[in-house]
Amino acid sequence: MKFSRIIASSGEWLSGDGPNRQIVVSSRVRLARNLRDQPFPGWAKKSERLEVMNLVKQAVEHLPEMAESYSENLEALSPLEKQVLVERHLISREHAAKGVGSAVVMNAPQSLSVMINEEDHLRMQAIRCGLQLDNVFKMIDRVDSELEESLEFAYSSELGYLTACPSNVGTGMRASAMLHLPGLVMSDQINKIINSVNKIGLAVRGLHGEGTEAMGNLFQVSNQTTLGEAEEEIIGRLNRVIEQVIEHEQNARALLAQRKAITLHDQIGRAYGLLCHSYSISSKEALNLLSIIKLGIDLAVFPDAHRFPVDELFIETQPAHLQKDAQVVKMSSEERDALRASIIRAKLSQVPQPDIARLRIATPATTENQ
Amino acid sequence: MQCDVCQTKEASVFLTQIVDGKMQKVNLCEACSKEKGVNDPTGFALADLLLGLGASQEIEKSPAAIKCPVCGFTQADFKKTGRLGCSHCYTVFADGISPMLKNMHKGTGHTGKTPAAFLKIREHDEKIKTLQSNLNKAIEAEEFELAASLRDQIRQVETDLAS
Repeated sequence: MKFSRIIASSGEWLSGDGPNRQIVVSSRVRLARNLRDQPFPGWAKKSERLEVMNLVKQAVEHLPEMAESYSENLEALSPLEKQVLVERHLISREHAAKGVGSAVVMNAPQSLSVMINEEDHLRMQAIRCGLQLDNVFKMIDRVDSELEESLEFAYSSELGYLTACPSNVGTGMRASAMLHLPGLVMSDQINKIINSVNKIGLAVRGLHGEGTEAMGNLFQVSNQTTLGEAEEEIIGRLNRVIEQVIEHEQNARALLAQRKAITLHDQIGRAYGLLCHSYSISSKEALNLLSIIKLGIDLAVFPDAHRFPVDELFIETQPAHLQKDAQVVKMSSEERDALRASIIRAKLSQVPQPDIARLRIATPATTENQ
Repeated sequence: MQCDVCQTKEASVFLTQIVDGKMQKVNLCEACSKEKGVNDPTGFALADLLLGLGASQEIEKSPAAIKCPVCGFTQADFKKTGRLGCSHCYTVFADGISPMLKNMHKGTGHTGKTPAAFLKIREHDEKIKTLQSNLNKAIEAEEFELAASLRDQIRQVETDLAS
C-alpha cells in the first residue's frame, strides 16, 4: 500500500465510534519488546540494526492483522511524511528522527502500528476511538502472542520483558487515553485534577506525549509504572481514574451551564466567530477554539452531524497535514497560518450559527455506559 | 549473623536508621563498618549504603569497572544515556539496577504476561527436575527397572522440548 493511500483516509480512531467518545477522544496501548540476543537499538551498530529490522519487519508483515498494510523504511520517508505520521499518533517524535535501520508497519485502518528500532526493537500500538482500553489491549496482546511464535523476545521470569530503559521493564506496557476536558479548564479545576492523578502514580501529559504542551484542552492520561502489576490490573486502575475524570468533567460542564451561562455562551459564540472570519490563525489558537466548538457540539448548541468534520479539523490543521496536499515544497509559517484559516472557514461555513437555546447537558457517564 | 557487605565475616555492628518513616537495618562486620565510615555519623547515610550497598558510590569511583560481556556496555554508558545496551545488561548490572527499579515501579517482580514458549520451558524444567529426583531415589533403592523407565521418560521430555 502506498503512503498517499494510507494518508488519504483518516484513521479509524478518528472516524469510528466508542464508549464515552464525547470526552475520551482515543484509547491507546503500546507494548515494548526486544529480541533476546541483539543489542538494543540505541547501542547497536548499523549492521546489527539492519539485521534486526529485516527480521522483525518480515515477521510483522506476515501477521494476519497486517494482510492489508503499509510498510516502509524510515529513510524512504520525507520529513513531511514522517511529521504527518506523528500528527496522527502512528509513530513517536523520537521515531520520526530515525533513519536507516528503522521502519514502520501499520494496518490500513491505522488502528495498529509497529515501530521497528525506536528505543526498543519493537514498539507496537493499538489505538481506538473512545474509552475502550480493554479491547485495545486485547488487540495488541494478540499481535504480541502471534509475533512470539516467530521472534524470541528478551524476557526474564523475575523482571518480565526487558527494555532499553528500565522505566519500561516488566509488562513493557503504556496504556493511555486522550481526554478532552474544556469544562475542567474553563472552571480552573484542571490543575487540581492533574495533581491528584499524578499522586496516584499516573501521568498526565499534553497532546503529543512527554514534554509537550497541552493544547485544545486535550490531555493524555497514562500509567507511569510497568513492573509489579499485571497488565489487566494497570488497565483496571487507569479505567477507574478515567471514569472519575469523566464524571468531574461532566459536573464542571453542568456547573458552567448553570452558574456561568453567559461566559459559556460568550466563549462558544466567540470561538465560532473567530474561526469563521479569520484569515490567519496559528495551530495553537485553532486547536483551542476548535475545542470550544467541540464542546458546543457536546452541548447540542451545534447539530451533532458536524462532529466528525470538526474532529477532522483537529488533525487537518496540524502543520504537516496542511502542507501534504499543497504543491509547495516548503511553506513559511505565515503561509501555513493563512491556509489553515481558509480550510477552517470553508468547513465552518457548513456549520450553522450556535443556537444557545438548545444548550443541554449530557447525561452522566454511569448512565451512558449502560 | 553475616556481614551484609562482605558476606563472609561475622557481623558485630548493627545499625538501624529511620528514613522517611521507614526503618532500615544493616549488619556489618568490624572491618566493613570502618571502611564505610559508620563511626562518623555525620558523613554516613544508611540509605546510600542500602541502595545496592554503596553501589552508587562505586559507580562514581570506577565507571568502567563492570562491562557487559555480551554487548560491551559499561556503567559509564548507562550514566550517560539512561538506557541499557542489551537484555543481558539486566543481569550484569543487577546490583545497580534493582534499587533503581524499586524506586521507579510499584513492585520489584513481574506479575504480568509470560511468553508461551517460556511457560513451556519452565514446565519442562520442572518435569525433568521431578523425574531426576525420582530417578536418584530409585537408584538408591536399587530399583533398576524403575530407574530405567524414568531415564527413558527424561529422554522423552528432552526430545519433546527440542522439537
